[in-house]
Amino acid sequence: MSDDSLGLYIHIPFCKSKCPYCGFYSLESDEEIKELYIQKVCSEIRKWGNILNKPVDTIYFGGGTPSLLKSDKIVDILRSVNESFRIIDPEITMEVNPADYKSVDFKKLKFAGVNRISIGVQSLDDNELKILGRRHNANDVFSTYECVKKSGISNISVDFIVGAPGQRFESLDKIVDFCGENNVSHVSIYLLKVEENTPYYYNKSSLNFLSDDMCSDFYLYISDKMEYIGYNHYEISNFAVSGKESKHNLKYWNLEDYLGIGPSSHSLIKNERFYYESNIHEFNDKGRIIREGVGGTEEEYIMLKLRLSEGIKFNQYEKKFGRSFPKIYFEKISKYETLGLVKFNINVIKLTKKGFLLSNKIISDLII
Amino acid sequence: MDQEQKIRNFSIIAHIDHGKSTLADRILELTNSVSAREMESQLLDNMDLERERGITIKSHAVSLYYRAEDGLEYLFNLIDTPGHVDFNYEVSRSLAACEGAILVVDASQGIEAQTLANTYLALDAGLEIIPVINKVDLPSADPERVSKEIEEIIGIPAEDAPRISAKTGQNVKEVLESIVKNVPPPKGEVDAPLRALIFDSYYDAYKGVIVYVRIMDGSVKVGDKIKFMANGECFTVTECGLSKATILDPTGKLKAGEVGYIAASIKAVSMAHVGDTITLEANPAKEPLPGYRDVNPMVFCGIYSLDGSKYSDLKDALEKLKLNDASLSYEPETSGALGFGFRCGFLGLLHMEIIQERLEREYSLDLITTAPSVVYKIFLTDGTVLFVDNPANYPSPSNIQSCEEPIADAHIYSPSGYVGCIMELCQDRRGTFIDMKYLDTERVDIHYKLPLNEIVYDFFDSLKSKTKGYASFDYELSGYQVSDLVKLDIMLNGNVVDALSFIIHREKAYHRARKMVEKLKEKIPRQLFEVPIQACIGGKIIARETVKAMRKDVLSKCYGGDITRKKKRLEKQKEGKKRMRQLGNVEIPQDAFMSVLKLEED
Repeated sequence: MSDDSLGLYIHIPFCKSKCPYCGFYSLESDEEIKELYIQKVCSEIRKWGNILNKPVDTIYFGGGTPSLLKSDKIVDILRSVNESFRIIDPEITMEVNPADYKSVDFKKLKFAGVNRISIGVQSLDDNELKILGRRHNANDVFSTYECVKKSGISNISVDFIVGAPGQRFESLDKIVDFCGENNVSHVSIYLLKVEENTPYYYNKSSLNFLSDDMCSDFYLYISDKMEYIGYNHYEISNFAVSGKESKHNLKYWNLEDYLGIGPSSHSLIKNERFYYESNIHEFNDKGRIIREGVGGTEEEYIMLKLRLSEGIKFNQYEKKFGRSFPKIYFEKISKYETLGLVKFNINVIKLTKKGFLLSNKIISDLII
Repeated sequence: MDQEQKIRNFSIIAHIDHGKSTLADRILELTNSVSAREMESQLLDNMDLERERGITIKSHAVSLYYRAEDGLEYLFNLIDTPGHVDFNYEVSRSLAACEGAILVVDASQGIEAQTLANTYLALDAGLEIIPVINKVDLPSADPERVSKEIEEIIGIPAEDAPRISAKTGQNVKEVLESIVKNVPPPKGEVDAPLRALIFDSYYDAYKGVIVYVRIMDGSVKVGDKIKFMANGECFTVTECGLSKATILDPTGKLKAGEVGYIAASIKAVSMAHVGDTITLEANPAKEPLPGYRDVNPMVFCGIYSLDGSKYSDLKDALEKLKLNDASLSYEPETSGALGFGFRCGFLGLLHMEIIQERLEREYSLDLITTAPSVVYKIFLTDGTVLFVDNPANYPSPSNIQSCEEPIADAHIYSPSGYVGCIMELCQDRRGTFIDMKYLDTERVDIHYKLPLNEIVYDFFDSLKSKTKGYASFDYELSGYQVSDLVKLDIMLNGNVVDALSFIIHREKAYHRARKMVEKLKEKIPRQLFEVPIQACIGGKIIARETVKAMRKDVLSKCYGGDITRKKKRLEKQKEGKKRMRQLGNVEIPQDAFMSVLKLEED
């Protein structure tokens, strides 16, 4: 995690079907476009390799659905990274959809350097999976997990969604039990958010969504249980066995440099934020970059660090920005402390779990 | 024939939407007063607002020439009047400037409340009334029935009334001929001392106030020193002449019988009161023309700018509106909830709405207005009498001997099928039934005494919705009446929100309090802590709701490091916060205020 290392995000924007809650850029494509896309990704990697003289220490294949690509293609991309960048002790993650486990060659991936698999489980309840529009069932999840383990990749992360329409406490228990029994190294638990312009958004009234109160109760419940069985709730939505925190994702929260390649992928490099336009054809054709302006500001620091359970350490803040943490925040913070949302002392300020649930409110209030 | 014999002064009276302005347009067209290029629909309604709402707010006067079938050219002075009850006094003054009135009645809808109210005003002014049945081109038109209705209800012959379509122009010429034949030419002594009746005025940035007058006696010319008889102010005439459809025509003089304008470097319309008489300082008339009175506001509300920093813009805007509207009154007021604003007085509800709309439209202000109030008369135990139009000034109950509230004499005209629900509405609004008359077999005139504060609170909208828009309504103030009034306060998190306080009849207080706290609960977003909403009279709480504490507001997933998106969401939240009013430690969205202030009966 040296200051001049780089995280590399590679977006695979293909999906077999669109999940009704997803507001992210993806599409169905034919092989020809996929092939063009991979070539373009490789050439972009080479281009950036020439521009940036930074070693890469995390690589993340996200989607979309990276597991829809033939494993060879992932290897091709990794090869071009290897040719273009120095790679130091990397964490190389690939997202896998449990519906695709039969077609993924995990051994080949491991051989090419992939050492972390993130499985998009979402739920272990087949009914919920249907409502979430997923292509897999709970058994596929177990099989996927077994396949990954067999390949020798032991660093496995699983994603879950809390707040699916009609979800019950029993479904949360299944998640906790699965993680505990398998000693899963990393778990992400996302609260379902109905994004604008998604099928969920348009059918909001007909679906039996949980109330905010219910979701909050679920969140606190599962957090307590996960901590009880030994996980560290290190970020609003992330839990890890000690030492298995996601190195790549931590770069986002710690304002470290990362380069995102692919349509709608975002980057922060040397305090500048930019992204590729959200259109695969445009990407294949030109690969235009859109600048978003300065990143890594004090505002962003507060916003992102408060997502972590370690919070803002004042000495780190001072070291980074050359001035002490502004006193003006303390009045507001003490109000939140009274409400049990924030904890602070002379060294640090951090959110409690209840505070995590209200983090937007607190952060927007602080940085206004 | 004398020039004077060829003048016709008339106005057009009608119920709202019966086609008054459209007819005026056709008349302008037929007399070639405007070129096709200038012809914009409803030319006389200058303001966008007037054109859009199809109502006339200010009076307008237009002089035009018409060559009649007898071969002679006549000078027509058409005075377009506001049709609404709020502006009754202005209507009456406009009518006093005429010898005749065209009564426009819609061929499908027949006689409505304002048709009658305006006709009575015209009859009081001794005008010759020319009934005209309009909109005969519509499939639902029934001119036979309407003609009978006019004869039976108003009592004027209508068999030969022109049946026209102002929209298509059909038979409009008949109306013009009828004006020539039936409206008497003006009488008046040219040699007598000047008496000119003011029926309207507006402020012009270059010439000062332009005063519209009808010269009753005598004459006036540029250079004359004129005197306003009500306030004694004197000015020198800088310009006078005829008001044509699209221009002022400075002829330099005006004489008895004529209608025109006078400019005399007058700085504010409040110096030229509608109804006042202008005379010459050197040779004054002995008596002013009859009928002048001061117009007092009847409805009050607080007006605040949504964006507190725009206070001075609001002030400027009100000043400018006041330049053209002598009946608008305002004074600064401060509210703990809404900041700095103005307590404004209006002639009535429509007047209030119009001013609010003009402030928002013409001056691009976003407003918050408090619940409209009327003027209460409060007798204190120490013998003094207070007039209170602002709940903030309501005295402590222990000092109050008794209260009185203004009462209106109201007529509702409606198809007889709605009598039941109209009476229900009036009873609910604390009305006292006076009587009911059948206008014909299908239509009734229901006469009630209604407290004015019940009328200002959404009465008209309720009436319209209960009668599918068929009922029309008209009222007149008829004094004060003892009433059991209380002041209702709303508390948020234990603090009184001054902008939401209002004065109400005790019997109505509980119901309204319940609705208000329910509405507030619905509109106030959950805060980080529990917020009690209470309604109370004096110290006694009569309704309560609670907004539960907020639990969840979190962006759980980070999409591919898209920090900017996150930031934007937070910024959006920041924007949202700006639209919130901070009351103590409670944040209230603007629309929560709006929703309780405009609380509708569901």
